[in-house]
Order: sequence, then C-alpha cells, then structure tokens
Amino acid sequence: MLEIKDLHVHYGAIHALKGISLTVGDGELVSLIGANGAGKTTALHTISGLLAASSGSVTLDGQDLQKVPANTIIGLGLAHVPEGRHVFARMSVEENLRMGAYILRDPKKLAEHLETVYSHFPRLKERRRQLAGTLSGGEQQMLATGRALMTGPNMLLMDEPSMGLSPLLVKEIFSIIEELHKSGITILLVEQNAKMALAVSDRAYVLETGTISMEGPAAALAADDRVRKAYLGA
Amino acid sequence: MNTFIQFLITGLRLGSVYALIALGYTMVYGIIKLINFAHGDFIMVGGYALFFCIPVMLGLGLPGWLAVVPAIVICACVGMLVELLAYRPVRKTGNSLTCLITAIAMSFVLENLAQAIPAIGPDPKVPYTLFAETVSIGGVSVSYATIITVVVSAVIMAALYGFTQKTRIGCAMRCVAEDKAAATLMGINVNHTILLTFGIGAGLAAVAALMYVAQYPKVFTTMGATLGIYAFVAAVLGGIGSLPGAVLGGLVIGVVQSGANTYICSSMSDTFVYLILIVVLMIRPAGILGKNVGEKV
Repeated sequence: MLEIKDLHVHYGAIHALKGISLTVGDGELVSLIGANGAGKTTALHTISGLLAASSGSVTLDGQDLQKVPANTIIGLGLAHVPEGRHVFARMSVEENLRMGAYILRDPKKLAEHLETVYSHFPRLKERRRQLAGTLSGGEQQMLATGRALMTGPNMLLMDEPSMGLSPLLVKEIFSIIEELHKSGITILLVEQNAKMALAVSDRAYVLETGTISMEGPAAALAADDRVRKAYLGA
Repeated sequence: MNTFIQFLITGLRLGSVYALIALGYTMVYGIIKLINFAHGDFIMVGGYALFFCIPVMLGLGLPGWLAVVPAIVICACVGMLVELLAYRPVRKTGNSLTCLITAIAMSFVLENLAQAIPAIGPDPKVPYTLFAETVSIGGVSVSYATIITVVVSAVIMAALYGFTQKTRIGCAMRCVAEDKAAATLMGINVNHTILLTFGIGAGLAAVAALMYVAQYPKVFTTMGATLGIYAFVAAVLGGIGSLPGAVLGGLVIGVVQSGANTYICSSMSDTFVYLILIVVLMIRPAGILGKNVGEKV
C-alpha cells in the first residue's frame, strides 16, 4: 500500500505541493486528476524519488521512500511510466524493454517478462528492432508502459498516458490500464482526461494548485457538480 | 609511392592516438554534455605514470610496456577524482557554463599540481624508449610502435563499442546519456555510471599516452594541452557523443596533419586541420556521424 502524508514539495521558491495526503490500497486503481500545473507530476516524481520533499512522508508497504535512493525504488516493486514517455529514443524497442528489466539479473525471468509484455503489446513485438524515437506517440506510450512492466511490478505510477494521443488511441491505452488493473497491479494514475480516468478508477483525488480539494469513489466524483463543471466540461 | 605510404602510415598512427583521446571526450560529453577540458591533462598524468613505472617494470624483469597497467589505474583514479571532487558538486548546483569553467580550471589545476611535485618539476623528462625496433613493409620502414599503436587502438575501439552496445553496464551508460530521469526509474545509479565513464575515458588516455611517448619520448606538464585540442577537434569533427565518430574524426585529423606535413608545409598542418573542421561543420553541423535523431511526440 502506498501512503502519502502531508507532503510538501518546493521547486525553488515555488510551493508546488502544499501538504497532500493520499493512499492507494493494494490492487486499487486510484486516479489523481487536476488541471495543468496543479502538481500532479510533481507528486509522482516525489513518490519515485526524482524530487525531494520538503516535509511529509511517502511510504510503500511501510517503507519510507524518501529515505532510499531513487534508483532502488523499482526494486521495491514500484514502477513509473513518466509523462511524455521518456523512451530511450536511440535504442531499439527491445533494448528499451531490456533496460526496463535492468535490475533483473536472471535472464530467464527477463525473457519471461519480455514475452508477457509482447503479449500485452503485440505491436511492440512487430517493431522490436525499430529505434524507439521513430515510433508514433501511441506506440511510445505502449513502450513506456511495457518497459515499466518488465520487472513484474506490484504497483505502477502512470503519468498522463493519454497525452497527445488520438481519441482512438486514448481508448486503447485506457483499456490496457483496465487490463493491468484486473491482472492485480495497483495503479496510481495521473490524468488531465478526467472523464476517462474516472471511468476506469476505483477512487480518485482532485488536485488543485498543490492541495487536494476533493476525494472519493470515482463514480461519486464523476457525478459531482463541481467536478463536472471544472473537469468534465458539463 | 614510398612517400605516400609513409604519409598514410604516419597519419594512421597519429590518428589512432587522437582517436583514443577523442573517445574520452566524446564519452564524457555524451553522458553529461560537458567538454572535459581536463581530459588532455589525463594524458600528461598517463605520461608521467609511464615515466615512473617503466623503470620499475624493467627492474622487476618485466617488459616496459606493462607500465601501461598502473598508468591506466592511476589515470582512471585521477579521472574519477576530478569528477567526484569537482564536477559532481558543481553539476548539482551550477549550470552548464559553471561546469565548463570548472573543467578549464581542473586542466590548470592538474598541470600546476604536476609541476609542484618535486619529482616532476617544470623540465621535460625523457621516458625509456619502447618499441623502437622497425620492420620493413614493402620497402617502407615501419616502427613497432606504429604497428602496435594502430592495432591496439583498433582493438580497444572495437571492444569499447561492443561494451556500450552489448553489455548491461554499457547499455546503462547509453541510457544515462539519453535520459537521466528515465535511467533512474529503470534502477540505474546515474552517479556511478558517470563515474565509470570518467574512469574509462581517463584509462584510454593512459593507453594513448603510451602510444604517444613510444613515438615522441618526452613528457612535460603541458603536453596534454595540444594533444587534447586535436582530439577535441576530432571528436567534434566526427560528431561529439558518437564513438565511431570520435574514431573517424581522429583518423581524419591524423591523416590530414600527416598529409600537410608531407606534401605542403609542416607549419601549415594546423591550418588544414581547422579548415577541414570548418568545412565539415558547415555541411554537417552535427559532425560527420553526429546523431540528430528526431523524436516523434
């Protein structure tokens, strides 16, 4: 279980997160929605250790993530699909996936995970020798997601997986997210596409300029007038 | 004809040394986007390490060239210390300009520190001559030093390329070069990887130092400055950040210099080096093999 308590994060003089608290239970799909600049990506970066918190805590199954080096967090079963994909553009699709399993020393396990990822994303198998930088946006999103699955993580952080994709691809990505959720992976999803995010999530938090303004079951939030006005365009 | 072969061989030999040094520039640039101006001085460190270690090796009854092993270790340690003590702290808080100035400063620090060591001092030293024997190939006499330089450099470059393409750590280096945040998310320790890159680059400089002093048996505290500049130009010419580019750039510069020396006028050889650089960069701003992979978003 991931637990964030009273987390404050500063970017220089900017107070980006002003004391947020949230939890994601095992097997849950929780989304964090909000406008551009609300602090959603900052929250994920802090969980992954890419950013240091000013105060507050982030714990995963009781372990304080702020106290361990960022590069060891993947070893705790928490993988991060970053905003903007961040695939290794000059590496082939398969090399990218192999790098996703960098911490795995067992080639057998690596091959197993590679097969699993290819079964989730047959498209990646077709293109496995292609340079990642030459893939389309949707394919890059699949690659970034596949790469994060290469260690067989218990939990995924997904940052704006639908960004810049066509409506058809957005649907495809969300159906993949649902599929991963059903397979038992805990997911914390950050999205600007609140409608899609609320439709697949168990629970959700609304982040507004660094503070959580609302939280609850996804269906209840989707029906809430304020959420509908601010984020669902109704 | 003999002149031509002689010029080509000299060019390849010079070029191989430049290429080995250029690899160090290009690896460090590739990974932290820093022109490591102190890299040339790693050759000087290697040169003195050889000067002091060759007699020790001979005293132990071992071949003198084995001194390259301690020289590689010493250079790698100096390279990693420079990263650890100077670049890493500056990188944390400074921008690319402060890092660049730190690199220039480190170059002076190394040169002056060397001079301050009594056993080194300001006067040039002459190391024991290695590989002085010559063989005749097709009527042209070629020194062992030349053959060894070209062959060893080629083997090292191929091995290094294989290392970065095929090994787990080599791939991690490429990941860090491309995207440090994503590399961290994969579980790669970015700082360790950068440190290793400095170690390898400086170690290569020690090998280059061996090749260089085998041909020009003289070591002095500023010997790295000129060599470093040629190698830097080679790295830029080939496309900085690209390993095959560094090798190609080094060979081109070696051959151009040797050609200008042989056929035109030795005092003009630098002019041709920079002329080639300017022309290539006008046509291909990223260098001959420079990568400009567009990224679809």
